Amino acid sequence: MSRITDTFQALKEKNKKALIPYITAGDPHPDLTESMLHALVDAGADMIELGIPFSDPMADGPTIQRASERALAHHVGLSHVFKMVKAFREKNNKTPIILMGYANPIEAISAETFVVRAKASDVDGIITVDYPPEECKQFTKLLKEKNIDSIFLLSPTTELDRVKLIIEQASGFLYYVSLKGVTGAANIDIEQVKSKVGIIRELTKLPIGVGFGVKDATTAKEVAKISDAVVVGSRMVQEIENSNKDNLIHNISKLMKELREAVN
Amino acid sequence: MQPYDMPDEKGHFGQFGGIFVAETLIEALDELRVMYEKYRHDPDFLTELQYDLKHFVGRPSPIYHAKRWSDRVGGAQIYLKREDLNHTGAHKVNNTVGQALLAKRMGKPRIIAETGAGQHGVATATISARLGLECVVYMGAEDVKRQAPNVYRMKLLGATVVPVESGSKTLKDALNEAMRDWVTNISTTFYIIGTVAGPHPYPMMVRDFNSVVGVECKMQMNEMLGRQPDAVVACVGGGSNAMGIFYPYIDLREVRLIGVEAAGHGIETGKHAAPLTANSPIGVLHGNRTYLMQNEEGQIIETHSISAGLDYPGVGPEHAWLKDIKRAEYVAVTDTDALDAFHSLCLTEGIIPALETSHALAYAEKLAKTMKPDQVILVNLSGRGDKDINTVAKISNINL
Repeated sequence: MSRITDTFQALKEKNKKALIPYITAGDPHPDLTESMLHALVDAGADMIELGIPFSDPMADGPTIQRASERALAHHVGLSHVFKMVKAFREKNNKTPIILMGYANPIEAISAETFVVRAKASDVDGIITVDYPPEECKQFTKLLKEKNIDSIFLLSPTTELDRVKLIIEQASGFLYYVSLKGVTGAANIDIEQVKSKVGIIRELTKLPIGVGFGVKDATTAKEVAKISDAVVVGSRMVQEIENSNKDNLIHNISKLMKELREAVN
Repeated sequence: MQPYDMPDEKGHFGQFGGIFVAETLIEALDELRVMYEKYRHDPDFLTELQYDLKHFVGRPSPIYHAKRWSDRVGGAQIYLKREDLNHTGAHKVNNTVGQALLAKRMGKPRIIAETGAGQHGVATATISARLGLECVVYMGAEDVKRQAPNVYRMKLLGATVVPVESGSKTLKDALNEAMRDWVTNISTTFYIIGTVAGPHPYPMMVRDFNSVVGVECKMQMNEMLGRQPDAVVACVGGGSNAMGIFYPYIDLREVRLIGVEAAGHGIETGKHAAPLTANSPIGVLHGNRTYLMQNEEGQIIETHSISAGLDYPGVGPEHAWLKDIKRAEYVAVTDTDALDAFHSLCLTEGIIPALETSHALAYAEKLAKTMKPDQVILVNLSGRGDKDINTVAKISNINL
């Protein structure tokens, strides 16, 4: 069992849905990331998606792209990300941390090294945005050997055969991208998401998270009704962008609490 | 020996190429691959393409013996494949016409493109105007400044030019932005990639549409000289003009294929755009695996070249493959040497070459000196330099 599976199990027993905020490691400053992680957990996050900064985040919208640029201005890369997770784990041994990033920083240190170091830092899962299942079989195998979950994206345009192919390699949960577009784009069509999530459910027992386009507490509430987890990315990053170092923790905690209440 | 047959059905050139994109783009790429497979051998489609290449683009482009320049250089005879004489002034139009006709067949009313020097943007805006398609071109804000005449040209042709302010504000960032547009507007939009990069099927498709250049060269060299050149030289940014002229020559092993990258201020300074020559590590960017200029953390680093069209941190995956199997050789030429070749061709042959092309010319000059007068070098004169006169004037401290 993994921390991610345990968390979903525990929530299910309480009839609750998982709330997963996203922040980019090192945004707005690497010294703040660890305390932000703890604050998000204290305010109700069940798991955290931690973005690995990348110079060319092709699948992200302008908000998360700017977060990457802020982190890169402080030269934050994978080695810092691993250190941040390790530091977080010294005080929190329960909340799953899922890294989200692009293939190139992983390949730069090699998949083998990445997996060893991710395990040493107690990372629970990884989403590699630009690794479709056909191109990452070896990486998924290495992750599996270390009991790190491989989380894959499914999109509104993913055909049934591909959903099956992805489910074969996926573990932890499936991440359904609720709209066509980049992170933080237009509004979600709840009915459409509901119908697609229903189709996916018939094929797998894996929990299904929904993200891309959860803009406020109301949307989060709607999404929670039809999924097992709600991912809030651009909205959280926007809050970070609009804060200064004095009110940052207060602001992200407040947003997190609002989302928590809505989802409950 | 087995005939060259790359890529495989998933778009791999050995370990290079492939499809590295978010799941949201997979279906669009699948659709494109299926439609391209359907039309690439379709007689109707090919007839329409041939017609436009002949009557709209002005093909075939001639091969010209640069005799005065060859004599001045001393050594091999240098021949120029005159892609600069195409409509819009560069090889780029061969590919945009092909992809735009495909877009029309696929019923996509909206075209998007990325551009560096602006040549691909102009070629895309041109064919979009001709076919009555909406056209949006993404261009790095830095390049918008460097290539003002081309920006205005695109606007005259009815295109919307979107300056991209993210990252290094150059070609790679324009490509990121175009991808973002595509993923958001998939059902109405056809993305015309301008170089032999991107996810499969782009590297193959862009190569195929440009290979008309090499196909013509083989016939023309035979007609002119009764033989093929000893070496074919072309500049390489992403590498579309080079793939276009190299591809039909790959199985003619006696013909040397030489790709010329931008050495910028010099490979040793780190300020260049020459991932193959500098032995950059392998990585993943813009949907494919290739040699990539990056730091130890896998962040893509800023490149430098005097020519916007070569200012790209990666290189088409097929070039990476041709380098690894040693079928093509890759070298690099500095800003300074490219400029010298630029002026030299202007003065001795009455041809103003693009700064991109000037890199190939500079290397041809160097190579010719080591060869005999009865030997032949064929250079792909990929584009004309009208767009670069502001850049060159500025370097020469001349105010236009």
